[in-house]
Amino acid sequence: MIEMIKVNKYFAAFHVLKDIDLLVSRGEKVVVCGPSGSGKSTLIRLVNRLEEHQSGKVVVDGIELTDDVKKTDMVRREVGMVFQSFNLFPHLTVLQNLTLAPIWVKRVSRKEAEDTAMHFLARVRIPEQAHKYPSQLSGGQQQRVAIARALCMKPKLMLFDEPTSALDPEMIKEVLDVMVELAREGMTMMVVTHEMGFARTVADRVIFMDEGRIVEAAPPADFFSAPKTDRAKLFLSQVLGH
Amino acid sequence: MRWARENLFRSWPETIATLLVLWLLWKTIPPFIDWAFLDAVWRPDSKACRASEGACWGFVAEKHRFILFGTYPYELHWRPALATVILIGLWVFSAFRAFWKSWLVAVWAVGLAVIGILMWGGVFGLRYVENERWGGLILTLLLTTFGIAAAFPLGILLALGRRSDMPVIRALSVGYIELIRGVPLISLLFMASVMLPLFLPSGVTIDKLLRAQIAIILFAAAYLAEVIRGGLQAIPKGQYDASHALALPFWRRTYLIILPQALRIAVPALVNNFIALFKDTSLVLIIGLFDLLSTVKISLNEPAWTGFGVEAYLIASLIYFVFCAAMSTYSKSFEVRR
Amino acid sequence: MANLEERRIASGFGFLGRESGFEIGETVFMRYSASDSYARALVVGLTNTLAVSIIGVGIATVLGTFIGLSRLSGNFLLRNAAAAYVEFMRNVPLLVQLFFWYAVITEGMPGPREALSPFPGFFISNRGIFFPTFSGVPELQGFNFAGGGAISPEFAALLVGLATYTAAFIAEIVRAGVLAVHRGQTEAARALGLSRAQTTRLIVLPQALRVIVPPLTSQYLNLTKNSSLAVAIGYPDLVSIANTTMNQTGQAIEGIAIIMAVYLTISLSISAFMNWYNARIAFR
Repeated sequence: MIEMIKVNKYFAAFHVLKDIDLLVSRGEKVVVCGPSGSGKSTLIRLVNRLEEHQSGKVVVDGIELTDDVKKTDMVRREVGMVFQSFNLFPHLTVLQNLTLAPIWVKRVSRKEAEDTAMHFLARVRIPEQAHKYPSQLSGGQQQRVAIARALCMKPKLMLFDEPTSALDPEMIKEVLDVMVELAREGMTMMVVTHEMGFARTVADRVIFMDEGRIVEAAPPADFFSAPKTDRAKLFLSQVLGH
Repeated sequence: MRWARENLFRSWPETIATLLVLWLLWKTIPPFIDWAFLDAVWRPDSKACRASEGACWGFVAEKHRFILFGTYPYELHWRPALATVILIGLWVFSAFRAFWKSWLVAVWAVGLAVIGILMWGGVFGLRYVENERWGGLILTLLLTTFGIAAAFPLGILLALGRRSDMPVIRALSVGYIELIRGVPLISLLFMASVMLPLFLPSGVTIDKLLRAQIAIILFAAAYLAEVIRGGLQAIPKGQYDASHALALPFWRRTYLIILPQALRIAVPALVNNFIALFKDTSLVLIIGLFDLLSTVKISLNEPAWTGFGVEAYLIASLIYFVFCAAMSTYSKSFEVRR
Repeated sequence: MANLEERRIASGFGFLGRESGFEIGETVFMRYSASDSYARALVVGLTNTLAVSIIGVGIATVLGTFIGLSRLSGNFLLRNAAAAYVEFMRNVPLLVQLFFWYAVITEGMPGPREALSPFPGFFISNRGIFFPTFSGVPELQGFNFAGGGAISPEFAALLVGLATYTAAFIAEIVRAGVLAVHRGQTEAARALGLSRAQTTRLIVLPQALRVIVPPLTSQYLNLTKNSSLAVAIGYPDLVSIANTTMNQTGQAIEGIAIIMAVYLTISLSISAFMNWYNARIAFR
């Protein structure tokens, strides 16, 4: 599904991703974690080319990501993304947020788009909010709308960039529940998060990054009980300690 | 070539736009260079100017003294010249944040006193020159400087008044600000120049320059008030809370805590206001004062030199541009630092 | 008040009914002659002010939006040409620019006999710009054109000066409005597969408009106030005519009061519109 071969990325002179090799198969759920500044967000944003790599190859669903805008758009149609700051469109209602892309990109009829939208709103358990504006919803509700918005495009792969980091603690669970359900239904997922409980429950593989490199990659059972590197051990002690 | 492809020709509409701009530049720049430089006449010879197709910069060579100094006595031009340099120097000096101390006021007082002596004379063996004969660049600079300086305290009072809890003061402040900001500057200049004399007892006249200066001060104060109000609103509320908690009386806490912070925040907007006021002084031409624009216009009246308005106003534009762009760059440097 | 009495000027607005005795060079939609009252003359002035302001606002908005968007463009030429334009226009006083344009038209343009004709029926000369209308086509008669429509050099200079000057400020407002839209919005739209054009049209522009409208209406007001500089180049706007009236009748106080009252009304109307607009979008 996702293939990264010897990928390097720079922000001006700063070498943010170093020699990344990664393979994510269809149906796999990968959790990316690590200290801040390790490049986890940048890594996940390479998958739908919100960031560009300077060397190496990135291939998503068989399509290689290059400067070719057409290829990038093709990939983006099949990849859904959920952001830390939700990024809902404030001037549109919840329903309009969900139907915008299917109508304008997939050229689906309005009726069909609205049906799909209501279906996914029900899936994230807030169908009654369809005609409200994002500013009228709580943070947890907004993020669930964001997940529904991505799902309306019927993507093959979902990317989550720290989806719960901007939420108040009491709202984290409702979002994680939706993500767990999504995982159980077989969606291919790549999730950057600090929520280790989620990683333990859902992930097929945990990838630990530090200073731009993938330092460890292992199934959660192995990673959490017996981390191999010192940096991973240090990170886990800090995160799980409190 | 790769650069060109990425920056100029990325798509079809963009290619067309690029070609259009290039065509426009091709059509205007070479003819302009011909006119302004190659065919131009640089000697102060009006006959040669009329005979030529190019620009007449001889006009500037001939008239530059009048443009810069107005009707100030010819042989005494060193006085306004020196005064101009000192005034510009004072402004440049005040621009450095390191010098924002209380002795800056003293520096200004001394500087302005020296400028006053140079311009008026009458002491130290300098011949007296009445201010009706002042003109040109120094007049523009003086109108702006005193405009802002006197408008400042008034603007602060208005800004504080607008935020006051007392309804009468609030109403008066709002009324003043909205009235002044709602009418064109020209109407205030007319008001000062025509109406003010009518209200004075007979025999008392106010100097024309002073009338214009008063109008400019009243005008600037309203706009400054809004800028300062913006600064007052931008201070975190906690500052107000803390100063209240310290039980400081109103004027003391305003002077010591609130205003310094508000003004610091407002500096970029204040500089923009200064630039705008500098440009607005050009309107005094309409009521018959001899600022920089006025002297340019008047120098065209001489029969030998009529018809060279394009050159004249390009030169005027250049002078104003240099001053305003410098101030604007200074203002931008604040946005970068913070 | 003694000064007033000395000059034996009757206070009050009675003079408005008196015959004006002066001609007005150009009018819009209104007929006027020297035998009409001062009041009528002032109304003509007002219509002239509104004419040049409204047309000026239209041109300035279109031009300003184009330049503002150009400043954000990836195209090197467009971006820097636009930036240079804005820098120059904002750092030169409007009055200087008006005099410049007036000089360009009256000195730089050829006489009617050698008038420039970019399109058939259109003529640009130092006596004005002439164009065909429904009632006729301009034709050279003697030393000037007759028939068709005409724009005087004064009107043309004022319009070009006001529009190009205000466009520079509008360009900055448009640019700031677009930049104010959160980057995350563009990212989310692109991540959903929307094209660049779709993202700009559906997501960025609607949100940018909220930030743009308040300062934009402020600029419209500025343009209207700046039209008062017409008095310096001889276009008969409200201030020009009020000035002539004041000079003839000596009723300075009333004249200035009328000027200020009219402009105040215009600016308060625009403020009221602004408040209504803000309240309307704030609900969202």
